Amino acid sequence: MSKLVEFFTNLELIDWIFYLVGGLMVVFSIFAVEARRIFDSVLALSAVSLLSVLLFIVLKAPDVAITEAAVGSGLASAVMIFALFRMKAGEKK
Amino acid sequence: MRRIWAILISVVFLYFFLGTYFPTLPKFGNIDMYRRVSFDYISKSTTTSYQPVEYKKSKGLEDGSANVVTSIVVNYRSFDTLGEVTVLFAAALGVGILANIKKRRIEFEEHKVLSVAAGMIFPLILLFGAYIFIHGHLTPGGGFPGGTVIALGVLLLMLAKNEFKVTDVAKHTEQVAGSGYVLVGLIGMAVVGVFLANFLPTGTIGNLFSAGVVPIVYSLIGFKVGAELSSLVSDMREGDKA
Repeated sequence: MSKLVEFFTNLELIDWIFYLVGGLMVVFSIFAVEARRIFDSVLALSAVSLLSVLLFIVLKAPDVAITEAAVGSGLASAVMIFALFRMKAGEKK
Repeated sequence: MRRIWAILISVVFLYFFLGTYFPTLPKFGNIDMYRRVSFDYISKSTTTSYQPVEYKKSKGLEDGSANVVTSIVVNYRSFDTLGEVTVLFAAALGVGILANIKKRRIEFEEHKVLSVAAGMIFPLILLFGAYIFIHGHLTPGGGFPGGTVIALGVLLLMLAKNEFKVTDVAKHTEQVAGSGYVLVGLIGMAVVGVFLANFLPTGTIGNLFSAGVVPIVYSLIGFKVGAELSSLVSDMREGDKA
């Protein structure tokens, strides 16, 4: 228990950012797995990659941050949502 | 039961990560890059002895790009990048084949605000994407992110206007740019003797026209990736009459 208290008192600001953003990523990932509608899952995955962009910027990897913001949270979600529309259009017939 | 297993597996992974792997990591920001392998890439000299590199002053370096990642991706490991472009082409080809099977076109409700704003923002997005891949050897980014930003602009137009279509020009652009990359490699083989070698003078580090073939190759990759991803998204949207 004292080890845990020591761990939390030694944290700096950058560590707090890491744990906050990482915890939010875990929460969104669990939401993406457990959500009822697939549409919500796609949105949660997009949010996960948007949060990871923050971590990449803090870790001084702007290349990866630009790519992740463009591909992970933009284009991949768009392609998945288009595919979802396709599947729904196929079900109606 | 499935959830219990998932929680158990993730707890075990977390335990090993926090207990075993995490304490071995050095503190953030305290790594001495000077003694790592990347020193060879930062000083841009893998064959001769090291010399100090000064921004906007050093001339005729082995690789004149001011960006370490770019000098690895497009100069030292350019053949890998050619393979990566090929993988992307194969993925786009697969989507194009699978998405066009007897489905209707996806239509959206047009919104006045979105369609007006998209017309105003689209040129700026194009400009930003072109900036990213033209300055790939000076600033972070490069052909892949720049091309993706351009494709996102095309996606915005697609969402805004129902009658917007990506024509065959995109596919022709992609073919020309992709074969241009191979052509640059063949010219390097003819001049220097190695496939994809840097055959142009590298110039002063930090200038726009420097680093030899790196800006040319990155512009070609930007055009190729932009056209490819635009036509990929368009393939997902259009029906079998596309």
